[in-house]
Amino acid sequence: MKRVYPNKDFCIGCHICELACLTAHSKSKDLILAYTVERGESGLSSCKHVHEGGPTCVALSCRHCDEPSCVAACISGALQKDPETGRTVYDREKCVGCWSCLMACPFGAIARHPLEAKIVKCDLCHDRPGGPACVAACPNKALKQEER
Amino acid sequence: MLFQPINRNYHDFSIVRDKDLCINCKVCVRQCSYEAHFWDETRQKVMHDNAKCVGCHRCEALCPTSALLIQKKRSDFKDNALWRPEFLKYIYKQADTGGVLLTGMGSPVNIPVYWDKLLLDASQVTNPSIDPLREPMELKTFLGSKPDKLEFSKTKDGSAKLKTKLAPQIELNYPIMFSAMSFGSINFNLHVAMARAATELGICYNTGEGGLHKSLYKYGKNTIVQVASGRFGVHRDYLNAGAGIEIKVGQGAKPGIGGHLPGEKINAMVSETRMVPLGSDAISPAPHHDIYSIEDLHQLIFALKEASEYRVPVSVKIAAVHNVAAIASGIVRAGADIVAIDGVRGGTGAAPGMIRDNVGIPIELALAQVDQRLRDEGIRNRASIVAAGGTRCSADVIKAIALGADACYIATSALISVGCTLCAKCYTGKCPWGIATNDARLAKRQNPDVAAQKMVNLVRAWGHEIEEMLGGMGLNSIESLRGNRDKLRAVGLTDTEMDILGVKHAGR
Repeated sequence: MKRVYPNKDFCIGCHICELACLTAHSKSKDLILAYTVERGESGLSSCKHVHEGGPTCVALSCRHCDEPSCVAACISGALQKDPETGRTVYDREKCVGCWSCLMACPFGAIARHPLEAKIVKCDLCHDRPGGPACVAACPNKALKQEER
Repeated sequence: MLFQPINRNYHDFSIVRDKDLCINCKVCVRQCSYEAHFWDETRQKVMHDNAKCVGCHRCEALCPTSALLIQKKRSDFKDNALWRPEFLKYIYKQADTGGVLLTGMGSPVNIPVYWDKLLLDASQVTNPSIDPLREPMELKTFLGSKPDKLEFSKTKDGSAKLKTKLAPQIELNYPIMFSAMSFGSINFNLHVAMARAATELGICYNTGEGGLHKSLYKYGKNTIVQVASGRFGVHRDYLNAGAGIEIKVGQGAKPGIGGHLPGEKINAMVSETRMVPLGSDAISPAPHHDIYSIEDLHQLIFALKEASEYRVPVSVKIAAVHNVAAIASGIVRAGADIVAIDGVRGGTGAAPGMIRDNVGIPIELALAQVDQRLRDEGIRNRASIVAAGGTRCSADVIKAIALGADACYIATSALISVGCTLCAKCYTGKCPWGIATNDARLAKRQNPDVAAQKMVNLVRAWGHEIEEMLGGMGLNSIESLRGNRDKLRAVGLTDTEMDILGVKHAGR
């Protein structure tokens, strides 16, 4: 399946992918409102996080693993592997906020929702026509969605 | 100006932040290598210090909400045609530091740009123009010494065979090359990008004086290796790695002086390639200590030809200065296959501002004079001429060719294609565009995949335009335009200038 791969050699740590992710998952689809209003009011947050250490930085999000530890750990069936698309999908309604997936994820790619007992996880922008927002926004082509 | 030098507020730029648009996302804070933007913990918002802004526009370009505007600082000194603001600022700065004023890139001063005063011809009625989209158009260029005459012999079956032994040539698909920018002055990512772009385009890039990293030897067919006064990274394998060797005598931005790559820019890779100790300054002397005459130059040219077994042409690059024509004649007689001339507007990674802005002559005048002198002496065929220094667009290239150049070197335009905004702070090593820096954090802002594509696009675009202009003149080959000054007319130039350029005034 096509996954989003970060390239740490050319990730410039600008965090623009996070802003793109935030906007793509907002109600308003407007960066300014998403960042200044929705973030505070509804706890909107980016599924992607740029991790930095010295001169190296890299933007991480859910790897949509072939055998996801999070799915195995999920006690409510909220996380499932979609056999058709290969995505690790999250059903918000089923999630009980036990954080088992957070503990299980080897990449630290799942985050707690800041306000509710839910999680925040990459959905590969599956309903966005242009593909993942982070890939489209990266100014240095350090994020690529491809088959490997 | 609290706790600051008294002239600190006379800065060049102001950062204007639109309060409705700024979301305090800190993208600008992370992008600015001069720390002009910063996060104010107390106020819980992004603030800026105008005095630190160098006008590189990186923040403006990356601001996701277009909230930033970088503009010239509005406050003006009292009008004075003599004491223009830059001179006041130079003096304030030197009064503080006692140092030479350093700068980067090409000269911004108002030296006449003759390209703008030259106009091209086009066919009308009596001779047909050519549509390059329908008919073949030849931009292929060969650089190197051409024979005085061709001799043929007859083979047994009666067909002719070339008897004359041809000198080695550099074959280019466009009359354009990427000019010398050393590894060190620009970083490895851009050297990779130039090498890949040159290979894809079928042209050459020049290594500059900093040697060639081993991993780039595979692009050798599209590489010209440079030998400068510091001899950095020069060894037998290096000399044999490229399609040509260039002896750098001078550079348009700083004729008569050497180079200085500060120790901070010498990281492990640069150190290995240049063959200098890690972190030590790499100083190129002003002269080549083994060249004090044309005869000495002759010796070096042939030493390099011997070292490369006469397989590649040897170029000699000089800055355009007074008497450039006589110097070029000497260079050709010394055995150079290519003479590269770098005009006063040529760029640099670091040069004293006074030298950059006051030493040398415009490339247009130098080029026309060199071409004419070599023709008058009957030795024009012995060497190709490459013009460098401030080639901004395809029209400049085609005008240079009509004035007598075989090809143009471009460097500033190549850097602009990958983001450079000519802020001229290359010498600080903190280039926010990731160009003139070896800081790992900044250098990775140039992704070679992206940069190579931009350079390829630029040269291809110029190629299309050159074909259109050639076709308009009724020519189907760049060769037919070389030194064809009848295709140029001048506007608003004096008789002396037209005499030097060898062109008639428009209307004649």
